[in-house]
Amino acid sequence: MGLDRVAAVFSKCREGNRAAFVPFVTAGDPDPGATPSLIEGLAAGGADLVELGIPFSDPLADGPVLQRSQARALAAGTTVDRALAAVAAARAKVAAPVLAMVSASLVLARGAGKFASDSAAAGLDGWIVPDAPLEESGPIRDAAIAAGLAWVPLVAPTTPPERRRSIAETARGFLYYVSVAGVTGARESLPAEVAAAVAALRDVSPVPVCVGFGVSTPPQAETIARAADGVIVGSALVAALEEALADGPAEAVRQCLAKARLLAAAVRRARRSPPQP
Amino acid sequence: MTTPGRYGSFGGAYVPETLVPALRTLEEAFDAAIPEAAFQAELDRLLRTYVGRPTPLHRARRLSEAWGGAAVFLKREDLAHTGAHKINNTVGQGLLAARLGKKRLIAETGAGQHGVATATAAALLGLGCRVFMGTTDMARQAPNVARMKLLGAEVVPVPHGAGTLKEATGEAIREWMATSHEAHYLIGSVVGPHPYPRIVRHFQAVIGREARAQILDAAARLPDVAVACIGGGSNASGLFSGFLEDRGVRLVGVEAGGEGLATGKHAASLTAGRPAVLHGALSLVLTDPDGQILPTHSISAGLDYPGVGPELAAWKAEGRLEVTTATDAEALAAFRECARLEGILPALEPSHALAAAARIARELGRSGVLLVNLSGRGDKDLETVLKAGSP
Repeated sequence: MGLDRVAAVFSKCREGNRAAFVPFVTAGDPDPGATPSLIEGLAAGGADLVELGIPFSDPLADGPVLQRSQARALAAGTTVDRALAAVAAARAKVAAPVLAMVSASLVLARGAGKFASDSAAAGLDGWIVPDAPLEESGPIRDAAIAAGLAWVPLVAPTTPPERRRSIAETARGFLYYVSVAGVTGARESLPAEVAAAVAALRDVSPVPVCVGFGVSTPPQAETIARAADGVIVGSALVAALEEALADGPAEAVRQCLAKARLLAAAVRRARRSPPQP
Repeated sequence: MTTPGRYGSFGGAYVPETLVPALRTLEEAFDAAIPEAAFQAELDRLLRTYVGRPTPLHRARRLSEAWGGAAVFLKREDLAHTGAHKINNTVGQGLLAARLGKKRLIAETGAGQHGVATATAAALLGLGCRVFMGTTDMARQAPNVARMKLLGAEVVPVPHGAGTLKEATGEAIREWMATSHEAHYLIGSVVGPHPYPRIVRHFQAVIGREARAQILDAAARLPDVAVACIGGGSNASGLFSGFLEDRGVRLVGVEAGGEGLATGKHAASLTAGRPAVLHGALSLVLTDPDGQILPTHSISAGLDYPGVGPELAAWKAEGRLEVTTATDAEALAAFRECARLEGILPALEPSHALAAAARIARELGRSGVLLVNLSGRGDKDLETVLKAGSP
């Protein structure tokens, strides 16, 4: 459970010589009732881990797609308790680890210790707190680790080499490399230096390195999957959901899951097929 | 401070990792620039010859009479170039940005005063400028939108949420995440991640330094009470920092009471907030029990913000800062009173300070001495005031 479940997934992927596929969706988008089936669908469709955003009113690191997603979730009545309840409901049927992407504001409002024990009780396996950098993360990280949760810090393209090492040393479960300097959201192309940056990071990191921010198409996912231990895709899945919302929430979930299956397949074939020209 | 950027339990830099190196670079540049005689001389020269400092201290005799006789002094930041104290900070940070070799300034604005002041500094220093502004604020502060454009700035509308300062600030920070290599984020208040609260207070402290010397000259004593309005808190921080060590001087911050605290339609974060993280700092913030930031209301766009500077939260926790509120209606009445009795149209933000000052003056009586920071001029608010109807 928790950290152990996360570590086991990466061992399994390593044995299979493939990267992990880590889709992201927002808890409560389009409505709180949809979230358990969304998590189940992602797991059934090839997700090795699921990253679940706990919606926050003012997410600093998110671009327009995830901002709108969180606004929809909050407008639909999603609270922290309802997000955790959705994890608990999915947990009964899903073996894949589920990690929360959660703002420091929400963690500190509840108290890091209480948030951690509530997370563990709901069957959540770890935290990614994008606005708690090394200098601020101590108490939050300690609470997560004490509750047996994975702790996934972020390294950015702007992070100096020495600091990358210090951040990597705090990671439990995996390390999150942000592929672009900027907010979440699809990019037409990813920086050419991502592969080299990930290779250098894997040399100093005691845990696997996953890459996210900006990865949106199967070819991009395939490229990243050759270099990294895991590929995180968020905005592209949420955009697929959003675009289908006019046809109702069930269709939105279906479109999101269809997009996730395409990306999962791209990640799985990455190291079996030669790179595209 | 226990660790850098901490004020008691408040402060810090809760930002995405992408921004941490940029914040560190900024702090190093600030620490290097401040002790430098050449930097200080250039800042002093611009404050004197461009901003129009020192701003006067006006003895408001007719307000004194109306308020029961206490001596009332107004620190005339409304007479600074661009019509508010905001320019003190934008000229200072603009010089820092130029020193860092940045090509462009990014700013958020609520009432538009900080946006205008940033656009002004950008024009003066030959820098590009992008100002993020909520669409609600763009509608209610249209003259300032026009001013920014005339000054050569690009005004970027921020439509989401309530379309006010909170959303504009979030968007400015997001823009900076992708552009910190070439752009400086010029935050307008003592909010945001470390080192911004420290930098903005430093550049606004000129208000308190001048006011302290001026009131000693004019009244031959320190004031009993210094009063300033608080949105994010930059004018209050600037005034109060001049009197922090003068333990006999009461410091009173006035927050936006909106339609009344009981209605929930207000922006009184020191009064009604909880510890939470907003825009990179842990401070007192208007949130729900989960930590979600709540919508706010104030007739004054410059006070319509759910957070407050972390140092002000610490001053309140230590008991150094007293906090009160003034409602929309009280601020409007104070605006009109100041106009009729002193011939000064104050901005709606310091009209809140005036409303509270009237109450305090009556408590102090004839022997009292009161200092009020008149942080900006009210021309930008005429439409709002006229729409509110006649008294």
